[in-house]
Amino acid sequence: MAKNKKVIPLKEHIIEFVSDSGEGAQKAANSFAKTCGMMGNGLWTIEVIPAEIQPPPHTTSSTSGNRIRLAEGKVTNAGDLAQTVVAFNEMAFLSRVQAGAVADDVLLIIDNIWATHDDPAYRESYKKITGDVKSRGGTVIEVPFEEETAKIVEDSKRGKNMFVLGYMGYLYQRDLNILRQIVEEMFAKKSKTVIQNNIALLEGGYTYAEEHLDFRYEIPSVPSKVPMVVMNGNTAIALGAIAAGFELCSMYPITPATSASHALSDIMEGLGGMVHQAEDEIAAIGVAIGSNYAGKPALTITSGPGMALKTEFQGLAVMTETPLVIVDVQRGGPSTGLPTKIEQGDLLSSLFGAPGDAPKVVIAPSTIKDCFSVMIMARKIAEEFRMLVIVLTDANLATGQQIFKRPEFSEVSLPPPIDLSPVPEGTNPFDWDPKTGLSRRLIPGQPGGMCVTTTLNHNAQGKVTHDAASNQRGHEMRSRKLAALQHTLKAPEVYGPKTGDLLIVGWGSTRGTIDEAVDRARAEGYEVSAVNLLFLSPLQPGLKKIFSGFKKVMTIELNYSDNWGDPLITEENRRYSQLAFLLRSHTLMDVDCWSRVPGRPFMPMEIHEVIVREIKKIKGAKEETAKLVSKAGGLK
Amino acid sequence: MTVLSMEEFLEKECGDHNYELEDYEAEVPRWCKGCGDHGVLTSVQKLLRDRKINPEDVICVSGIGCSSRFPHYLKTYGFHGIHGRALTLSEGVALARPDLHLLTVMGDGDCFSIGGNHWIHALRYNFNATVIVLDNEIYGLTKKQASPTTRQGVVTNTTPKGAYLKSLNPLTLMLGVTNISFLAQTATWLPGHLDNTLNKAWDHKGLSFVRILQRCPAYLSSSFEATGPDFPAVFLEGEGGIAVDKGMLQKASVIQHDHHNLLEAQKVALTETPSPMGLIYYDPNVPTYGDIRRRRIKTLDRPGLIAGLNAELDKYTVKQQHG
Repeated sequence: MAKNKKVIPLKEHIIEFVSDSGEGAQKAANSFAKTCGMMGNGLWTIEVIPAEIQPPPHTTSSTSGNRIRLAEGKVTNAGDLAQTVVAFNEMAFLSRVQAGAVADDVLLIIDNIWATHDDPAYRESYKKITGDVKSRGGTVIEVPFEEETAKIVEDSKRGKNMFVLGYMGYLYQRDLNILRQIVEEMFAKKSKTVIQNNIALLEGGYTYAEEHLDFRYEIPSVPSKVPMVVMNGNTAIALGAIAAGFELCSMYPITPATSASHALSDIMEGLGGMVHQAEDEIAAIGVAIGSNYAGKPALTITSGPGMALKTEFQGLAVMTETPLVIVDVQRGGPSTGLPTKIEQGDLLSSLFGAPGDAPKVVIAPSTIKDCFSVMIMARKIAEEFRMLVIVLTDANLATGQQIFKRPEFSEVSLPPPIDLSPVPEGTNPFDWDPKTGLSRRLIPGQPGGMCVTTTLNHNAQGKVTHDAASNQRGHEMRSRKLAALQHTLKAPEVYGPKTGDLLIVGWGSTRGTIDEAVDRARAEGYEVSAVNLLFLSPLQPGLKKIFSGFKKVMTIELNYSDNWGDPLITEENRRYSQLAFLLRSHTLMDVDCWSRVPGRPFMPMEIHEVIVREIKKIKGAKEETAKLVSKAGGLK
Repeated sequence: MTVLSMEEFLEKECGDHNYELEDYEAEVPRWCKGCGDHGVLTSVQKLLRDRKINPEDVICVSGIGCSSRFPHYLKTYGFHGIHGRALTLSEGVALARPDLHLLTVMGDGDCFSIGGNHWIHALRYNFNATVIVLDNEIYGLTKKQASPTTRQGVVTNTTPKGAYLKSLNPLTLMLGVTNISFLAQTATWLPGHLDNTLNKAWDHKGLSFVRILQRCPAYLSSSFEATGPDFPAVFLEGEGGIAVDKGMLQKASVIQHDHHNLLEAQKVALTETPSPMGLIYYDPNVPTYGDIRRRRIKTLDRPGLIAGLNAELDKYTVKQQHG
């Protein structure tokens, strides 16, 4: 069958690898993705993770794996529905169908060991689920993955994933040499036998596919001329933190933030710093503030519940004007919520979480590349403005892998060496510039600068004061810094024309998805543009002007809002999504919103549908008015 | 007449500064008249003067409560933090600046109640700091509520019929924590002993924990036998321990105690009346957290850091195959 194969050319494809937790679909998928990156394809991967460590096997809650969106050109999001799913069992596949992630005409490649399994329940569910695929218009290719694996190695449960990798490598015309190299690298720390076995499995899968498939896919790749990197957002945050000059990461384990600290734990000591795992979230921020106060740049990385625990200390950082960067890798809330899944639910709590008026900077990178560079900017703002900077990422950026231009950095991105030169006795620790609120920070050890840094309201001398005037002054100075920062910012760029029917406003990781949906709608003639806001506090200038170029402005966000038309929901009680809430108060414009909490990234097709519906409403309203006008005999 | 070598001359003239007590005095303390905090502040200022410590080389970190006003009255660097969290801030300071002297001041509610988790873990980290708890067995700043060390039956605003529970013995708790390296107890009505205790604590490399018993004249004037000096105490004497000045001997008896023996220390700590005064447990060989961690941190100059990071990025760089 090796000859006369049908080659199906594709611009892009969405492929999912799914297995029971612990069977290694993620390893296979990651190796597949890395191969695609090395071949020069555009790439976006996203993890499918079970919420438990050892969920019951062969159930929908046990699914673990990856989605890979593979393309000829650049990819900015995880895409719509999966076109190919390789599943180690039918329940893993079913969970993806239930998640609404699979196309009807999917190509399902599945281990057929379950068709003849001893357990009649497995046989039955396998028959039903594969039958359903066919009746919906999909294709099922049954492969004896486990049986074939057993021919190569003794423990067929453990090597199946590499066999699958080889199979998929053949199907998508991946370079076998690169695949071999990646498998070797992956098992580099293991024994020679392990490496040999895995290479044998990889090749076994490849050959099996070659012998049994009568078609292959072809997705051309154009290798980049500049060096590219493939990594996930948490790794980018970690490496960005090093480039920014942080010497201490003080953290407490919390999903989905922890892997950033894992990445730092592996490398930080070798790069002159350390990760400190504190006894709790509160201690983690306390240690970071103590270190920053004493002159050594420190950050803390957490997720929503950790942010909640850190709020009192956030207030202290604001009040004492101690520079601090917190990374919040957002997950589903409230409470423990959806710990492994994506949500953009911490915007307002980041802005307003601490008691009293606690002005702080909030920024949200929208790509994995941004996750790196934002860290350098965050550290600089924190120190120059003596402010708390919160970096909001999310579970999508955290675990998604993207290929992007290798970041460049130099010593310029590092903080200046600590300056302990003497200052005149009586130098004010809060020598606020009355216009900007900025002041020079005194560092312990500086002769002449002895002063107390206090949580209480204080004056420029750092002395505790309780009087009305000084309390007003302290608030003004801390707030003024935000205005000073806002004056340095540029208006956000509009993606698309500056006028039109609809403007979609988003923040964070939804950017690529929104832009793609906008592209599709515009290609169909809809007048829609998009804006992504990097700064949430202070908001970038010019928003009102941008918004006025459109008939309707709405945010699209991965957080909760009440829907128009829901029971009891009226204009008076509707709760808007978080950015919409902010923009409405900021611009006094009627910014609408469409938001959902699916626990997964949006698909471009969902946003496209919203765009089309909204623009039809706008046009419809116009037609409606025109009809009424003509009925009334035209305008006099 | 002694002739000084050039080195000795320079050492004498240009080496250590001589400081006066006033050099360590900031604002006039606003603690109540008769509050034990005054005595502790003076004792710390004397220690700094006697040891000729540059004021800029000291960081005093505190939490919230009457005692946590301490940094405001000490002319060094000070960080007045939030309730219960002084030890976390201190640990950050200790990790960042091993070159500075670190003094952490808390009250009984601050450390033993709201800061309980940090208290346990700070002892285990054994970071380098002198940690003192001014224990007056009551909340003062919030006006007379029961603290963990308030004695059973004591009437407070939250226990109008008397405190319900037996008081917490912080000493026995601390002696159960792995890595404890220095634990001492003293009282403000034993000023000489207080001085000696703080000096011993200051010399220890690691976390030296000193519980200082003191009266709150405003809200619990009845505590410690109304005056303090009559409160039953017993001095611990042992080689290398805290010296008991002769004048003190009228106030309490002395027992021999081996402060290197953890089981002995636990036994001593269990006895609350009379209260043990002196060095309860001491192990100068417990490594500090900072030393353990710093030993493994590579020292890099700035170009070295950039090169190191580039090497890390290499691991994520895809070697794209052309053609």
